[in-house]
Amino acid sequence: MTISASKNYSDIVSEIVDKKYRKRKLVNRLVTIGTIVCVIAAIVPLASILLEVVKNGISAISFDFLTQPQGSIGSGGGGVAPAIQGTIIVVGLASAIGTPVGVLTGIYLSEFAKEGFFPNAVRFFNDVLTGLPSIVIGIVGYVTIVLTTGSFSVMAGALSLSIIMMPIVVRVTEETLRIVPYSLREAGHSLGLSKAKITLFIVLPAAKEGILTGIVIAISRIAGETAPLIMTILGTSLFFTGITGPVDALPLRIWRLASQPYESAHSFGWGSALVLILMILALSLGLRLLIQRKSYKPVT
Amino acid sequence: MGSKHKQTLSTLFAARKKRHDKLFFGLVIGAAAYTLLMVGLVGFSVTKGSIDIFSKEGISFLTKSDWNAVEGRESYGAYPYIIGTLLSAAIAMAIGVPVSLAIAIFISEIAPPKIGTALSFLSELLAAVPSIIYGLWALFVFRFWVLDLTEKPLYAAFHGYLPFFAKTPFGLDIFTAGIVLAIMIIPIVSSICREVMRVVPYSQREAAYSLGATRWETVRMSVFPYVKSGIVGASMLGLGRAIGETILVTMIIGNVIGPGAVPTSLFSQGQTLASLVANEFNEASSNLQLSALIALGAILLVLTMVVNIVARILVKKKAKIKSGAQSQ
Repeated sequence: MTISASKNYSDIVSEIVDKKYRKRKLVNRLVTIGTIVCVIAAIVPLASILLEVVKNGISAISFDFLTQPQGSIGSGGGGVAPAIQGTIIVVGLASAIGTPVGVLTGIYLSEFAKEGFFPNAVRFFNDVLTGLPSIVIGIVGYVTIVLTTGSFSVMAGALSLSIIMMPIVVRVTEETLRIVPYSLREAGHSLGLSKAKITLFIVLPAAKEGILTGIVIAISRIAGETAPLIMTILGTSLFFTGITGPVDALPLRIWRLASQPYESAHSFGWGSALVLILMILALSLGLRLLIQRKSYKPVT
Repeated sequence: MGSKHKQTLSTLFAARKKRHDKLFFGLVIGAAAYTLLMVGLVGFSVTKGSIDIFSKEGISFLTKSDWNAVEGRESYGAYPYIIGTLLSAAIAMAIGVPVSLAIAIFISEIAPPKIGTALSFLSELLAAVPSIIYGLWALFVFRFWVLDLTEKPLYAAFHGYLPFFAKTPFGLDIFTAGIVLAIMIIPIVSSICREVMRVVPYSQREAAYSLGATRWETVRMSVFPYVKSGIVGASMLGLGRAIGETILVTMIIGNVIGPGAVPTSLFSQGQTLASLVANEFNEASSNLQLSALIALGAILLVLTMVVNIVARILVKKKAKIKSGAQSQ
């Protein structure tokens, strides 16, 4: 075999390889472009939602809008104050039940019983609960409270929302506590502290950031729920009268307003949507500030 | 005598410690029991609420299409809404899963870390928007985009030959509901896909690159095989969401009742299990109708439970690789 022939041969090979490589490069580039297109396609709705809510919402918001009950239908007067109040009450009550139960269950799963039939059952059914549609959980409030007391009520709404909230908090608490280094607990044991004290004053503060974030996510989630409220708090145009009576809530009000044929109602709907988003935003901003101010980072 | 004093003190402390621990343990196990109790309460409520209709209609409740609330002629069937639920969820999956996967690939394999973080933040933001606001936006803004940009052209091009496009589009229909559901599940599905892809050991990718693979080939040959079941799991979690979503669908699906709710094309107005419950719950005129509505909830419960359990099993399988990969 002469040198020139071998060169010739390798030239042919490299040409074929080049050709194939160009095609592979092209496919690679097309896929990259495709993924970028998908990313943009997903951002457009987000931008549009935020833009529309702010644009249409801002013109509806006024002092009356935030402080007055709704005027007569179609007139455009009054405001959505009962809905704002109702959302705060129902969500507050639900969080008051859901947060402690969720955190304590998370502590149980992470600190007391990692394996075994009972904790695994709790974990499994907790996951099941997370996946249930909120309207199904609304049925719980309806059947157990509305049917037995004979009235739509704040209690029924708070019960349903707390059931939606709990599994989220349980999961976050368990997962965050698991990350806390074991050495912290050992340090507590070596000081002769009780497990209760170790958990409450050492492990929990170390995991505070993650758990609080989880709680805020859960609260934001239930603040935006509509479906279970239809079956539990009903929605009225009046202010809060007591936890055994019906009350209004922002998501419910938005839904009712959107289904009315009046321009003014739609404008109120956008205004309520903006208030709801701002409330959720304020919650997570408040959390950020809280965490930044007294952040505690465990030394690993 | 000093030591004796010390001893009593330490036993005293020990006793207190024990008491604290007992109390605390009681508290946490009580909370755990409470969560289980709530699960039981869900099962109990749904069963109790739907028992009337199932004892009257039996299993035919699942296959009938009537929805007649007139006294004396009451007759209820869930069939059209089961189909409506499955069809709208299927559209959501067909659009949402490929897009989510593409976004996950972009963030975890292609984008520089800074852009990736920014996009993750955006998708978290999108996930935090309540579904009622998606609904409001879809009703007043997005449905016109769907109508003008996709439905009308599709109708013009295919209505002669393809039965799924054979109905004059109106904007408030199963197709629109499916697309908005897709938008709603993309943040969740893409973020789980991203998580499972991140778990793939980096050495896998390096091996492919060292053989001269392009980025796409690397993803296809050394990332996908690892994450297949995780992606299926993520999609099924999205499916669970799409099946159970209520208020958003109620606002845009067109809300028809009875035999007419069985969709004949993608552009048919429809109804899902959840949307019918939301629509009629406060206007139900009889206990039987209420029971029928709660029974729709029961079907929804079973459907989402099956989907979610399968999904969790698939995602968990991936999580096991996680610990191995990290300890390397």
